[in-house]
Formats: sequence, C-alpha cells, structure tokens
Amino acid sequence: MTQKHDASIPHPFPDEDASLLPRPTRRTVLTAGSIALGGAGACTLAVPFLDSLRRTEASSAASTQEQAVMDISVQDLEPGAHKVVVWQGMPVAIQHRTADMIRALEDPALLAQLADPQSRMKQQPHEAENAHRSLRPEYGIYVTICTHLGCVPDYKDISSLPASGGFFCPCHGSQFDGAGRVLRNMPAPYNLPVPPLHFVDDHTIRLGESTLSPHFSMNSIQQL
Amino acid sequence: MNDTIPPSRGWLSSRLPFLKPLCRHMARFPMPPVNLFWTLGACLMVAFGLMFVSGLFLSLHYQPDLSRAFDSVEAIERRVPSGWLIRSIHTGGVSMLFAALYLHVGRGLWYGSYKALRELVWLSGLVMMLLFMTTAFAGYVLPWGQMSYWGATVITHAVEAIPGIGHGLLVYLLGEDTLGGIALHRFFILHFTLGFIIATVIGLHVLCLHGTGSSNPTLDGPRPDRTTRPFAPFYVVKDCLAVCVFLALFAILIFFLPDLLGKLDNVIPANSLKTPADITPEWYLAPWFAMLRAVPSRLGGLIAASASLLVLFALPWLDRSPRHNATYRPLVRLGMGLFFIAFITLILAGMNGATPLWVWLSRAAMLVWFLVFLVLLPVSAYRERKITGSSTQGETP
Repeated sequence: MTQKHDASIPHPFPDEDASLLPRPTRRTVLTAGSIALGGAGACTLAVPFLDSLRRTEASSAASTQEQAVMDISVQDLEPGAHKVVVWQGMPVAIQHRTADMIRALEDPALLAQLADPQSRMKQQPHEAENAHRSLRPEYGIYVTICTHLGCVPDYKDISSLPASGGFFCPCHGSQFDGAGRVLRNMPAPYNLPVPPLHFVDDHTIRLGESTLSPHFSMNSIQQL
Repeated sequence: MNDTIPPSRGWLSSRLPFLKPLCRHMARFPMPPVNLFWTLGACLMVAFGLMFVSGLFLSLHYQPDLSRAFDSVEAIERRVPSGWLIRSIHTGGVSMLFAALYLHVGRGLWYGSYKALRELVWLSGLVMMLLFMTTAFAGYVLPWGQMSYWGATVITHAVEAIPGIGHGLLVYLLGEDTLGGIALHRFFILHFTLGFIIATVIGLHVLCLHGTGSSNPTLDGPRPDRTTRPFAPFYVVKDCLAVCVFLALFAILIFFLPDLLGKLDNVIPANSLKTPADITPEWYLAPWFAMLRAVPSRLGGLIAASASLLVLFALPWLDRSPRHNATYRPLVRLGMGLFFIAFITLILAGMNGATPLWVWLSRAAMLVWFLVFLVLLPVSAYRERKITGSSTQGETP
C-alpha cells in the first residue's frame, strides 16, 4: 500500500483532489495505524499455529517412560567379546575386555594420540573418570552416538593403535579407542558418552541409574 | 555496459521488472461504483487463506491411517498445544467459506456477472466452487467418525449408479472393495492437493477478472454511473472493513457457537456395522443430498444433482440479454428470488429427515431451479433483446 501519493501517477480525479482526499498527514497516520493494527492481528493469529508445533504432552509422556532403567546380563559375554543393546532409543556398546586390552588403554603410545586422555570433558559420570573410563576395568560401556553429527560408530580395532578395541564412525571417519576416547584431529570433538549405570551383581548391569553419581543422567553430559 | 542498474529503480524492480507495473495495475485498477456485495471476494480470499494455513498445520498432526486417524484428530483436539483452536478455525472456516461463496455466486447471478465478456470469470469461479465442494467432502471423511464414514459411503455409492462401469469405477477409485484404509489415504491426499489446486484457480479467477474489470450494477438503472475509482485506497479500505466484519462473525462462530454446526455422531469412531440414526450432510452440501433423495431413482438423482450444477456453466449462453442487473429485469428478478428461496429450501430439506413434506418441497425446489435457468432466463433475455433491438452492449458477436 502506498503511503503517499506517487507524483508520477496522474490523480484519477484531479478536480476533486482537495475535497475528496484527506490531508496527506492524516492519511499517513491512518494508513500506518491500520497496517500496524493489521500486522499485530496477523502476529497474534500466528501464536496458536506456532504453539501447535511444540512437543505434545503425549510425546513428553512417552519419553519420560523411556527413562526407565534397564538391566543387562553380561553372563554370556566372553572376554574379548562385545554386544550392543538399545537403551532409551540409543545404541549402547558393552565390551568385555581382556587383560591385554585393559593394559593397552594405559599405553603411552595410545594416550599420546588422544584428544582428551584424562576424560576432563563431562562425557561420563564421575566414577568413570579413570584410566579405563568405566566402573570396572573389565567392562567398557559407551553410548555409540558419534559426538560429531550423531551417526553410530562401529566397534572396530583401529590399526594404528595398541589393540584396546575401538570405534570407527562411518560418516566422517572419526576414530575412538577402546574406552570411547576420540583421537586427535578427528571431526568428533568429544569422547563417546558413558551412560549412568551400576552393577547389580557381577553379571548384571543396570543402565539408567548410577549409585555413585545419583544426579548424573544423559542430560548432564557435555554433548551427545 | 547496458546491464548497469539505473539509479532510479530499486533493487527488486530492476530484477523483477514486472513487479512495479503489476503493483501499479492492482492499485489503480478502476472500480465501478459497486456495492457491499462486491466485498465477498476479499472475504473468500481471507477465508481460503485461513483454511490453507490451518490445514497445513493440522496435516502435521493428522495421521491418514485407518487405525490412527480418529485418535490423531482427538489428539489434535486435546493434546496438541492450541490444536483445538486450529481445528476450530478449519471446521468453522468451511462454513464461513461456503456462506461467503454462495453469497458471492448469488451476487453474480443477481447482477449478471456471468455475462459477456466475463464468461471466463464465471466459469473459473464455478470450477472453483466444484473444487471447494470436493475438497470439503474429502476433508469431512478424514476424522473417520461415524458421519465421515457414512457420508463417504453414501456419496461413493452414488458413483455406483453410473450404468455399466459404476461398480468397477467405484472399486478403482476406492482402491479396494469397500471404504477402508486405502480410500482414507486417497481422501487425505486429494484433500491436501486440492488446496494447492484451488490456490492456482483463484489466481486464474482474479487474472480473468482483471482482464475485463468488475461489473457495474448501476448501468441498467435509471441513473447509470460510469465513474471509476482506483482500487487503492478506496476498495482496499472497503474490503478491509468487510473482512473485519467477516472475521468477527468467524470468531463468534468458532468461539461462542462451537457446537452449532458440528455433529455429535462424528465424535464416535466409524463403525461399518451401524449407520447413525439421523444421517445428514453438512449444510453446504445439503441441497445436492436433498436432490439425490428427492428423485426416486439412483441414477436419476445423480443426473439431477449433476445437471443442477452443469446448468450454471451454461448461463452465459442461456441468458444473452444485454441487461445485467436483475433489479431492472422484472422476470429475472422474480426468477432469481424464486431460485434463492428454492436453494434455501433444498438446504433445509437436506438437513431434515426424509419426510414426505421435505421430499415434495425438494422436488418443487428442483423444478424451480431448472425452470428459472432453462426457461425463465432465456425467455426474459429473448424479450429484452426484442425491446432493445439489435443493440448488444458488452456482448461478443
């Protein structure tokens, strides 16, 4: 809408101009006021539409339900073997380490290649901030969601490292050692997260609940 | 270099050279001295815009799946934030849209807006009316309540009345033997796609109108007024006023009378074993439902209902009188008055039970419908052409 009359356009009624049209100042005010009011109305109308895009109560309830803890038996997991379970819709790799693999995790040749060998970034509960990044040295348990862009790294020995196990992300080639620690100069910025967990007995892991850090949850970690 | 930008032109108009002439054309579009009935087009644009936007947002939550459709609509009403409001805009909006649409068409009939040279405006508008009716019907099926299911059953079985190919066509259209999940998905895609098709036809409709200009209701009267005023600001302001009143009525309908036009049976999930006791269509499709019911033959009903719409397409050629405005055409004034009464009678008949009274009233209304358009209008046009001699103002040879 034009706010003032365009001089290049001949007025439709040159004779009536003065009598028919109000003074330009008044018209400008009225036009601007109308546009502002209409714009405010349109913005108000947008509120319910934008509101409808919020997470619904039903889907929030569903995700709260998924917070439930999950017991995993590792009785059948031989040393050197690993398995992947799904917890809260996330893949969790559980690795039963051999004595050699545990030793390899402290190898200075390995530590020299890691971006965060001391687990300073909050990617794990306090009790896993140790040389083997887990509660018990013989079990490594990591959420295998790459901290770069969320792909799922495969369990795979990295040939350039002492044989501690390892993870390789197929999307952009990020490499992690057997304790889920990312190598230097990789696309992924952080180590793989350690989920909250504790051992119910020697062969049962309870995911989703940490007795030593009761306030730790997946929301506490630096980046998933 | 020739492609340097002239300093007098803006960034946009240098790259979209038609933009400024188009805006200037819209702003200076000469409007004859039309009355308030000519604001219904603007109201329809607003109603369509609201339907389009609310429909898009509803489609984000709706699930066109036999087992989930009903629950997803209930979830929109109860759990989606502001979902109740968006669905109210959509379900109330359809009544507002059809009310404005029928008044808009009625204005075209009364003031002879279908005549040369505006045939394409009239025809594109009628095509749009049919598209709106199809869209509304397809949309009504989506919640998969009792009325959705049985309404769809009745209408799709009308297709079966076509001789020879009827049953095969029905199965082909439904994608299965009976009304079920495949058909529901097709209804959803049809409903969704038609919104975009209608938006295109609206563009054509306005394009056709801007070729010939709006009709002038004063030309046949005692004091013809040939002055025109530019669309902006005069008719922008007038349309805005009408839209404000329209939106106020819209708000009253959805906020204060939410149950006025809804049907309780449609909050019961579809049950293919039990037809609701009083099955009636929405008011805007009721006239044709009444016609289907008033003709004691399935094929006959289908033909009558289709013909009642097709006859409107022939109007520019049935009524070749040079006069437009029914106010100054005694026979047409009578005929259009009768037609409006017949149309309202058919709406009421369709919404009421199939008692002998309503069936006979429907038959009388149908007779009026066809007599007005097929007999009264051509006769009146013939007489008026004799009176005015060979002068055929505004008519194509």
